[in-house]
Amino acid sequence: MSGVTSINLVENALLVSIQDDVTDTEILDLQETLSNRIAKENVKGVILDISSLEIVDTFVGRVIAQLAGISRLLAAETYVVGMRPAVAVTLVELGMYLPETRTALSLTHALSQLRRA
Amino acid sequence: MPQTATANILTILETDFSGVVEEWLGTQVKEGVKRSDLFSDSESRAQNQELLKAFGKGVRAGVVNEEFSLDDDAWEDLRAVLADVSKERVSRGVTPTEMATFVLALKAPLFKRLEAMPGVEGMKLIRDVLMVTRLVDAFAIHTNEIFIGERDQIIERQRQEMLELSTPVVELWDRVLTLPLIGTLDSARAQEVMENLLQTILERQAEVVIMDITGVGTVDTQVAQHLLRAAAAVRLMGAECIISGISPMIAQTMVQLGIDVGTVSTRSSIRTALSDALQRVGYVIKKNEAS
Repeated sequence: MSGVTSINLVENALLVSIQDDVTDTEILDLQETLSNRIAKENVKGVILDISSLEIVDTFVGRVIAQLAGISRLLAAETYVVGMRPAVAVTLVELGMYLPETRTALSLTHALSQLRRA
Repeated sequence: MPQTATANILTILETDFSGVVEEWLGTQVKEGVKRSDLFSDSESRAQNQELLKAFGKGVRAGVVNEEFSLDDDAWEDLRAVLADVSKERVSRGVTPTEMATFVLALKAPLFKRLEAMPGVEGMKLIRDVLMVTRLVDAFAIHTNEIFIGERDQIIERQRQEMLELSTPVVELWDRVLTLPLIGTLDSARAQEVMENLLQTILERQAEVVIMDITGVGTVDTQVAQHLLRAAAAVRLMGAECIISGISPMIAQTMVQLGIDVGTVSTRSSIRTALSDALQRVGYVIKKNEAS
C-alpha cells in the first residue's frame, strides 16, 4: 500500500483517505488493495474521504466510480465524503455525476447512514 | 511660436474667445442639442468655456507638423475636463447623438471666422478647414468614447449588484438551506449561484437544500440543465437537493421538452419542500393544541 493513502477499519466500514498528492499508480494500487480487504474483512461499507483532494480530473473521477462499482459487487456501499465545492463543480462539469456512489457531508454522516442501513 | 498649420486657429481662439463660445452655444441651440431642461445657461457657458480653453491649450502644444494624438500629454487638460463634463451629462441622461453634435457644433463658428480672416483663401483656407475638421472630429470621437466608457461603467456596476443581490442562500433551519431563485438563470448566474451554494453547504454543514424556482419566469432546456447540474453538485457534496416552486405550467413545459430530473426530488411549493426537508433532518411541525 502506498504511503499517502491509508485504509483503516472504522466500525463496519473501511475508511480510505485519499491525499491530494496521490499519483495515478498509487490510486490504481489502491483499487487492488481495497478490493482484497473488502473481501477479506467482509465490511458493509467503504468510505472514501476526499476532503484533502483539491484537484480532480477525469482519471480520478473514473477511478472513484470504479471503486464504487467494485465495492458494490463485493456487497459494500461506497460513500464519498468531504468533497470540496470546487471538486464538485469540476466533476459536474466533466459530466461525472458518480451515480453509483452515495455521498455524505462528513465521516460522521456516512457512519450514521451505514448504521441505519 | 505656434506652427503655421494651426496659427490661424490659435489666433481666432485668442482674439475672439468669448465670441466663439457664444456662437458655439448658438449652434447647439440651432441643432437642438442644448438641453436647457438639464443645464442652465450659465452652466452650459461655463462648460463650453472650459472645454474651449482646454482645446486651445491642446492645439497650441499638442499639434506637431500637422500631426496630433489626443492621448498625448499636451491634451491632458482637455481629457480631464471632458471626463468631468461627460460624467455630468451621462448622469443627467444626455444621449450619445446629443453629445457628439454638441462637440461637432464647434466647427461652424471656427469655419466662419477662418473665412473672414484677411489673406486666408483658396488652398490655404481649405488646409485650415481640414485642420479644424480633423481636430474637432478627434475631439468628438474622444468625447463619445469617454461617454460610452461612462455608460459601460454604470452597466457593469449594476450587473455586479444584480449578481450579488440575486443569489442569497438562506438558512431556514438547522442544516436546511434555501436558495430562492428569481429572474433569469443564465450561465454566468448559474455558476455564481452554484459556487455560492456549495460554499454555504460546507460552512453550515447543511444536509438539505431547497432550490426554489417560484420566481423564475421560464424554464427551458438550458435553465433546467443549470438546475440539474447544481443539484448534482449538491449531491456530490453529500447534501440532498429539493427543487421547489415547479408550477403546473413549468411541469408541462419540462415534460414536453423531455427534461429528466433523475433522482432529484421536486415539489410544487416551497411549503411542502420545507416540511419534507425538516422531516429529513429529524424535525416535525406540530400544531399547538392548547392555543
